[in-house]
Amino acid sequence: MEFNDLTRTSGEWLRGAGPESDIVISSRIRLARNLADFPFISRTTPQDRTRLEKVLHDRIVGVLLPENELLYIDLTQLPKLDLQLLVERHLISREHAEAQGARAVAIDQGERFSVMVNEEDHLRIQVMQSGLDLTGVWERINRIDDLIEEDVTYAFHDRLGYLTACPTNVGTGMRVSVMLHLPALVITRQIDKVFRSLQKISLAVRGLYGEGSQAMGDFYQISNQITLGCTEAELIRKVSDIVPVIIDYERQAREFLIKESHESLHDRVSRAYGILRTAQTISSEETMHLLSSVRMGVNLGLIRDLAVPAINEMFLATQPAHMQKITGADLDSADRNIERARYLRRFLNKELGSGGAADKN
Amino acid sequence: MKCQQCDKPATFHITELTGGKPTELHLCEEHARKYLTSSASETTAVAGMTAAIAQQMAVGQTAEELSQLDQQSCPVCGISFFEFRSQGRLGCPHDYVTFHAQLEPLILNIHGESEHVGKRPKHSAAGSEHRTQLIRLRREMKEAIDDENYERASQLRDEIQSIEAREI
Repeated sequence: MEFNDLTRTSGEWLRGAGPESDIVISSRIRLARNLADFPFISRTTPQDRTRLEKVLHDRIVGVLLPENELLYIDLTQLPKLDLQLLVERHLISREHAEAQGARAVAIDQGERFSVMVNEEDHLRIQVMQSGLDLTGVWERINRIDDLIEEDVTYAFHDRLGYLTACPTNVGTGMRVSVMLHLPALVITRQIDKVFRSLQKISLAVRGLYGEGSQAMGDFYQISNQITLGCTEAELIRKVSDIVPVIIDYERQAREFLIKESHESLHDRVSRAYGILRTAQTISSEETMHLLSSVRMGVNLGLIRDLAVPAINEMFLATQPAHMQKITGADLDSADRNIERARYLRRFLNKELGSGGAADKN
Repeated sequence: MKCQQCDKPATFHITELTGGKPTELHLCEEHARKYLTSSASETTAVAGMTAAIAQQMAVGQTAEELSQLDQQSCPVCGISFFEFRSQGRLGCPHDYVTFHAQLEPLILNIHGESEHVGKRPKHSAAGSEHRTQLIRLRREMKEAIDDENYERASQLRDEIQSIEAREI
């Protein structure tokens, strides 16, 4: 498997399939693990990090998957643009991209898991899936964890569980998260109320690109705040019990919009669609914002000639690093905006099968 | 009051209202500016952690006790409590044993629980603590080499090899 294969699809988590996939984008679990016989990353020497990377490489390549079915990437050798591409695809964290010293990531062909080596912890294993299916994700990550552990000793404390560099992750080392698309709750201004009630039951809410990022395109990630004192199954239940409630709120808000302000909703969706099909220059933020409206329009049957997987593909392809990778040029942001508009016109008109009538520019 | 991130006096007192309950930060001018201008992603993770530690430390500790505590360090990885407190990240697994008295209330404060009830590794937990000692031995070996104390270094190397050779 080659690095450039990555831009050809939108990966597992944006496949746009699975239970509740009109609102639930993806389910994801990550486990933080450390080897007992090395310091935590902040205290390692460059030699420690190199040795760690070697040890973990051998626990991943050929163990999780045969070498030819796995993409094992040495991040120290990767150009900045490719690092950013991996961040946009949620295969590595921003911190991992910007860190120094020996570090790597292993990815399977379908982008259903990624294993970060030498992130904040020695290992950050994550498994993701389109739609709502946390139990399926847990079964897969549990197996990966067991396979890696067969020939190393994890740092583990009898009473505190898995030991991590930051005490906020100690215990299970597990973060369970579900990404939701909640445009109607944003329009009806109920989103803050939902978040306040989530915080009361110690669940965290983040934007599309994790901690501190803004909720671009009305995407929100809901995850467990605590990692100690609950079993993995309990943590999963905590998140998966609340998700149907939020889905229900979002559906009610959508129904309300359709009933009470059908014209203005239809107008918002149609204008968004119109701009995306005809704009000559467009920023990544505006694209996200408009695609969000179009996505809801498709789910509500207001737009009938477009499917959710195609929208997901545009979400990813119009991110800055993807845009440059697709056009094959190092572009400044003004040129990127022109290329993005060109890409969207071409993509949407092809998707509509209108025979290129609109893309004469 | 000292800045939570360095030894200068804290002249800025910031109350954060994000994340449910207010947390207080006490910073010198330089760190306050850094805190207020740096990207949100870094501050929420690290400052959140250091603020939580600071809050914990403020309970019933005199400045003298605190400065004594700051000088304690882990025999395995060498990190001092002050370094942990300012970075919000621990240095090695053994820190959970070394700084047990300070971490215990902090962990309880973060998680509301102090006992792990989830998955356990297939290997024994005792084996884990044993292997953590390799961190100390390797560090001491490096120091012995730096001091040109080769006799000590070779003893340490043998000790390391005997632990590494053991079935895990």
